[in-house]
Amino acid sequence: MAECHPVGFQWVVEARARGAKVFHIDPRFTRTSAIADRHLPIRAGSDIVLLGALINHVLANELDFREYVLAYTNASAIISEDFGDTEDLDGLFSGFDPERRAYDPSSWAYAGGEGREEAAGAGGEHGEHLEGGARHAEVAGAEQYGSGGAAAPSRPPTDPTLRHPRCVYQILRRHFARYTPETVAELCGISREGFAELAEAITANSGRERTTAWAYAVGWTQHTVGAQYIRTASILQLLLGNIGRPGGGIMALRGHASIQGSTDIPTLFNLLPGYLPMPHAHRHEGLDDYLAKAGADTGFWGRKRCYMVSLLKAWWGDAATEENDFRFDHLPRLTGDHGHFTTVMGQIDGTVKGYFVVGENPAVGSSGGRAQRLGLANLDWLVVRDLTLVETATFWKDGPELETGETRTEDIATEVFFLPAASHVEKDGTFTNTQRLLQWREKALEPPGDCRSDLSFYYHLGKRIRRRMTDDEIDRPVRELTWDYPEEGEHAEPSARAVLREINGTGPDGRALSAYTELRPDGSTRCGCWIYCGVHADEVNQAARRRPGGEQSRVAPEWGWAWPANRRLLYNRASADPEGRPWSERKAYVWWDPDKGEKGEWTGLDVPDFERDKPPGYLPPEGALAEAALAGTDPFIMQPDGKGWLFAPAGLADGPLPAHYEPHESPVRNTLYGQRANPARRTYRRPESPYNPPGSPRFPYVLTTYRLTEHHTAGSMSRPLAYLAELQPALFCEVSTELAAELGLVNGGWATIVTSRSAIEARVLVTGRVRPLRLQGRTIHQIGLPYHWGWGSGGLVTGDAVNDLMPLVLDPNVYIQESKAMTCDLRPGRRPTGRALLDLIEEYRDG
Amino acid sequence: MVPEAEFRSYYGQPIIKAPIWHEPHMPLYLYLGGTSGAASVISAVATVTGHDRLALTARVTAAAGAAAGAGFLVAELGRPERFLNMLRVFKPTSPMSVGSWLLAAHSGLTALAAASALAAARPGPQIPAGSFPRLPDRSGPRIPLRSFPRLPAGSGPRLLARSSPRIPDRSGPRIPVLPVRGARALAALGDAAALAAVVTGPLMSTYTAVLVADTAVPAWHEAHRELPFLFAGSALAGAGAVGMLATPRREAGPARVAAILGAAVETVAGAVMEHRLGLVGEPYRLGRSGRLMRAARALTVGGALLATVAGRGSALGALTALSGLALTAGAVCTRFGVLAAGKASAADPKYTVVPQRERLEAGRAARVPAGEKS
Amino acid sequence: MAERMGFFTDTSICIGCKACEVACKEWNDVPDDGFVFRATSYDNTGGLGADTWRHVAFIEQPGGGDGREGVEGWLMSSDVCKHCTHAACLDVCPTGALFRTEFGTVVVQADVCNGCGYCVPACPYGVIDRRERDGRAFKCTMCYDRQLGGLEPACAKACPTDSIQFGPLDELRARAGERVERLHGEGRPQARLYGASPDDGVGGDGAFFLLLDEPEVYGLPPDPVVTTRDLPAMWRWAAGAALSMAGVVAVSFLGAGKGR
Ligand SMILES: Nc1nc2c(c(=O)[nH]1)N[C@H]1C(S)=C(S)[C@@H](COP(=O)(O)OP(=O)(O)OC[C@H]3O[C@@H](n4cnc5c(=O)[nH]c(N)nc54)[C@H](O)[C@@H]3O)O[C@H]1N2
Ligand SMILES: Nc1nc2c(c(=O)[nH]1)N[C@H]1C(S)=C(S)[C@@H](COP(=O)(O)OP(=O)(O)OC[C@H]3O[C@@H](n4cnc5c(=O)[nH]c(N)nc54)[C@H](O)[C@@H]3O)O[C@H]1N2
Ligand code: SF4
Ligand code: SF4
Ligand code: SF4
Ligand code: SF4
Ligand code: SF4
Ligand SMILES: [Mo]
Repeated sequence: MAECHPVGFQWVVEARARGAKVFHIDPRFTRTSAIADRHLPIRAGSDIVLLGALINHVLANELDFREYVLAYTNASAIISEDFGDTEDLDGLFSGFDPERRAYDPSSWAYAGGEGREEAAGAGGEHGEHLEGGARHAEVAGAEQYGSGGAAAPSRPPTDPTLRHPRCVYQILRRHFARYTPETVAELCGISREGFAELAEAITANSGRERTTAWAYAVGWTQHTVGAQYIRTASILQLLLGNIGRPGGGIMALRGHASIQGSTDIPTLFNLLPGYLPMPHAHRHEGLDDYLAKAGADTGFWGRKRCYMVSLLKAWWGDAATEENDFRFDHLPRLTGDHGHFTTVMGQIDGTVKGYFVVGENPAVGSSGGRAQRLGLANLDWLVVRDLTLVETATFWKDGPELETGETRTEDIATEVFFLPAASHVEKDGTFTNTQRLLQWREKALEPPGDCRSDLSFYYHLGKRIRRRMTDDEIDRPVRELTWDYPEEGEHAEPSARAVLREINGTGPDGRALSAYTELRPDGSTRCGCWIYCGVHADEVNQAARRRPGGEQSRVAPEWGWAWPANRRLLYNRASADPEGRPWSERKAYVWWDPDKGEKGEWTGLDVPDFERDKPPGYLPPEGALAEAALAGTDPFIMQPDGKGWLFAPAGLADGPLPAHYEPHESPVRNTLYGQRANPARRTYRRPESPYNPPGSPRFPYVLTTYRLTEHHTAGSMSRPLAYLAELQPALFCEVSTELAAELGLVNGGWATIVTSRSAIEARVLVTGRVRPLRLQGRTIHQIGLPYHWGWGSGGLVTGDAVNDLMPLVLDPNVYIQESKAMTCDLRPGRRPTGRALLDLIEEYRDG
Repeated sequence: MVPEAEFRSYYGQPIIKAPIWHEPHMPLYLYLGGTSGAASVISAVATVTGHDRLALTARVTAAAGAAAGAGFLVAELGRPERFLNMLRVFKPTSPMSVGSWLLAAHSGLTALAAASALAAARPGPQIPAGSFPRLPDRSGPRIPLRSFPRLPAGSGPRLLARSSPRIPDRSGPRIPVLPVRGARALAALGDAAALAAVVTGPLMSTYTAVLVADTAVPAWHEAHRELPFLFAGSALAGAGAVGMLATPRREAGPARVAAILGAAVETVAGAVMEHRLGLVGEPYRLGRSGRLMRAARALTVGGALLATVAGRGSALGALTALSGLALTAGAVCTRFGVLAAGKASAADPKYTVVPQRERLEAGRAARVPAGEKS
Repeated sequence: MAERMGFFTDTSICIGCKACEVACKEWNDVPDDGFVFRATSYDNTGGLGADTWRHVAFIEQPGGGDGREGVEGWLMSSDVCKHCTHAACLDVCPTGALFRTEFGTVVVQADVCNGCGYCVPACPYGVIDRRERDGRAFKCTMCYDRQLGGLEPACAKACPTDSIQFGPLDELRARAGERVERLHGEGRPQARLYGASPDDGVGGDGAFFLLLDEPEVYGLPPDPVVTTRDLPAMWRWAAGAALSMAGVVAVSFLGAGKGR
């Protein structure tokens, strides 16, 4: 965190100054470890074992926050008797289809919610259409799970005594029983005393009086089990009562500035704004059909019609009416996986002919660099919008394939359009940061030359396209689009403020709405993104608020604006006990005040993440929908049952519970199950995507990649800057003193790193910060590579592209690349060039 | 030999910055300035003792040395065009400031002295150089050292900082082409200048020792006692050598003696210095700087011995030349050696860390019994 | 003269992000220091110089003596000009280019410096240096211009963890004292202040540090002394030598009899 979120890390430093104990779990000793109380070196790709063992420690010793667990989680829910656990199936869950290498998740459902028509319970009436249902898995693929909220009945059968063999609590106990300190030692390489210290610390710091927080970023996500890493942490935090409470939670430290914003208002193919699922061509006939299938009807997702209709109204305005389904048919449709890597394969196969690359540099930034470039080279046209001439725009004249003779410039037919972009200081707009905080940014200076903001680009592109529209029906969706923003300045820059206001939404009177609860299903309200509703409340740009922290409460509600409804801490109703009283004075945050308002209200330091006037004692009437279906003791209001899910009856592609699977490429055995790696992981079995055989002696070392504070991602924003480039002028690999001695590597010298994809060269940094791990009776060496280098982007420094080494293998839930743990070989000296390089790789592939 | 010192450092990198002064500029300036200083003293004494021919050589040597030296000094500056900034303030805390003023004065005086001598030496009506009672050969100049007004550090410069007065360049000899009847006046002036140079001369030869010693460079700073003698001796040897070379043997006697005595002083001072400095003195013995210092010593001692022999008979002109050249080479090598030693001692953190550590330990040891709180 | 301002750099909370190095260069328009991979941990700028006025040192402390692998710790420390109470660079500067500001800091006036280079070997910390392609000497100004504008120095402003603390020197010294106490209390006896004492060889540093190991490990001199402390002695020895020289010359003429 110190490396990649140094500014945020100041709060960790402050917490430490106030007595917090900081652990750092990382294969390498980094700048974070340097001032943490304890660094636990871990084998890349094994965290689920560690977290699982912590869960086991909590369950076995009954250290869970029982009141919290009983009231706020689904620990007591009873799961379908069809469910088969990894315990019974040696590492598989029930419902796995070896053909499609995918799960049918219906057997993971709550008892009675199995997705059969007759399955009753509120929300069950269209059981088989549940997002968690088999047909969904079949047609839509995994990419839509979770969006729109995974569906499940709101009142599953429960056993409050937690004794029922099929209740979640008991399933958990059995499932995690095998995750012991011994397995931690043999799979993570973490000593028993190291584990004991961690286990003691987190349990001692959880409960009524204290909370423990976990922070993670891509060290946990860039794995074929990435989503399950986070699930494991969620289970642990729920058991310890650390969710929805101050000082608790699981902090996702996100990536690019406003990458959070680009998930809320997504650049993702499978989502609409506010996490509404993108409609599917073959299964979402009309709006009603879509809504019927788009997740739960209880909890706040139950209002999805309000969100969706308001979105359609924002986009098609008066053209969207009750009669025409609010122009639902104008929306584009999915036909399956249109993710980054599948698209690249499409390019290579010639089915994808054009490509917009906006603010990304896949030629060096994405796994399988060579495949990326082969795809680019096979396009008809390519549009690159960037600050600098990135490798993605120049690959045709300077890509590595030219040097090896694989491609020749004259053979590349791709027509490349490079459009210079305005940077963040050259335009107004908001950043949405890690904690969902929107902060407005004023333009500091005019963009130079032809540089324009992306907003301006898309707006004017849209205008030009519309000018060419005919009366033809096919043009109607674009013709009817609301596309009218005030233009400012000599370059007719569309007003970002107006866009933000459109996102916020307006009421029948045309005035800005102030909360998503005001959204209506009848088309009388418009809203570009329901979770952002309120950012422009009272016609004030709430994101632009900058009242200093010293001048307001420690929650600082008047700094920027956080979605939803300016709540700084999600699910904060859980910070009070079921009766609505703070769990403790020390941890008081949001509580029920019976004397407030007519019949009492929720109040506290933050905006309550709960209906203000719903008393703790509220019990939902039978068949209630939306939030009305949730009791006064159900804090997790986006969940169909209002509970924190220890067990996920729906919503994940690779299991209702996390299980440790080895990375796709790994030098060690999975000693926990017969199933070695995640069975549902996404692989590409084709020539552009060769893999290192697991446990292969040719690739004996664990390779992990990461960032340096001094550079940014693919490097095109840092390599051209002298002040940054001089701080880390060369690509280097971090190797332990022991491995260096073994291989004869010299500090400051050169080494070549080889996988079956490619071989790259890097300077050698011999360091005790990377240490060999002793596990399963052998020594495992890990090699670290920062991935910021490339050959172009106007860089003052150059270096081989680390992603040329990476395999094309993905997590099945979110399709993130596994770039944190794979295998490789390492040899002293520089790599061969030209043809000889290809020969070397051949040699390794054929073994 | 000093035992290998145990010490820690940051990747073996130097702690202090090595002097950035370049070769040959700086060492040559040290040599020329020193020689000029010594020569001016010789010229003065020669004048008063009536060794006119030697006086002439010495005066010219002094003037030429000062002028050439100043040239190298200016060339050494990163911003030569700003040389005059040297004279925009007078800072007693800065040997270089003191030295600049000194050089300005000295080169002016020596130029004048030389000019008059040259004029006198021109064919035409003979004017006896020196037209006043001879002094006994004992009186050495006495210079009040602490009479400098001491400004609060920096405050002086600050006041003067904004408006930098441009002082006219007085350095560099101006030889007036004069009518014969003005000659007598000039002669008197020249003699006065030559005598005045008795004050600036010795300082010219020794201030450079303070210049280098007043730095954080261990091999220089720690040697601040011996360096002035080393430089003074070397300056004498150098000036004496020029005297021997450029004066008829019959007239060069005192120069020869001065050279021999200077060589002796230099050699003794060098030996004492290296012995006293111990570890810090290593650079004077090791590496390139060590070789230069050894060469300097050999040449100086050799040259001196030759000189004593050469002094014996008139048939030894060749020897005289040889010894003069040897002494000169020795004096030059000394300056190169000292600069090189300074750079070497700055480049190795050992010379900075080890003595300071020892000082700390000693300090602790001393303090503890004294029962002070540290 | 206004209150003396200074820096307290608490290296125990430095995360080595180098924001200080970059902020300094951005604000003061300092050129890059070359692109050299030094293989000295994460340090690729080496040390303070004409083109690096803030420098972050990285020290990997080898794992315990018992042959254990890995590292004991990773020390990071942001070094800077010490703005000495008795500043050698300032004392020896012949042109007055270096001067003491109203904030008690030591600054070079670029329009006066003639590049004589004397300040360079004079500094006991090896801070100031001459930029060869420019000919003048450069170093940290403690952001004199920003201070005149009532702003804190760029490096301190940019430091995310407040490892660099800027303020009135007395306050900083008091705060630093407490900090060391606290670290000792937390069982970190190796914590010590460096340059905080007014009775050290330079009369105390305007920019002082809290270190976790011996100074020389960070590339700092263990017991720096301002060279000009010995200047009077130096002049005395020089005078002695000068007198001896005159004497020797006089002697040389004895016996040489009268000229002519
Ligand atoms: N200076 C700087 N800051 C950045 C960025 C940058 O490029 N430069 N990038 C931004 C972006 S886009 C992102 S996504 C974030 C990423 O922020 P981080 O996730 O912090 O970035 P990484 O360095 O990729 O990975 C973090 C750590 O994960 C460790 N790691 C690798 N494998 C494993 C594993 O299996 N388990 C565990 N526990 N740790 C593992 C690596 O050793 C590394 O130290 O940073 C953002 N901030
Ligand atoms: N091996 C390995 N690979 C990785 C990772 C890893 O940890 N290991 N991390 C992955 C992660 S988390 C990420 S986020 C990616 C990042 O990989 P990329 O996103 O491909 O690389 P970036 O350099 O971040 O590309 C962002 C580009 O946007 C440009 N840009 C900046 N501002 C603007 C703007 O306002 N408009 C436009 N149009 N362009 C702009 C920048 O100049 C830059 O070229 O890398 C991924 N790849
Ligand atoms: S780069 Fe920006 S987002 Fe990242 S740590 Fe620094 S300030 Fe925060
Ligand atoms: S540290 Fe060096 S440069 Fe800075 S003030 Fe002291 S002597 Fe001068
Ligand atoms: S280099 Fe400039 S600042 Fe340094 S001493 Fe010479 S004149 Fe002064
Ligand atoms: S005070 Fe100013 S000049 Fe000095 S290091 Fe910090 S930023 Fe640079
Ligand atoms: S900015 Fe602060 S934390 Fe970062 S390196 Fe500099 S001193 Fe250390
Ligand atoms: Mo990212």
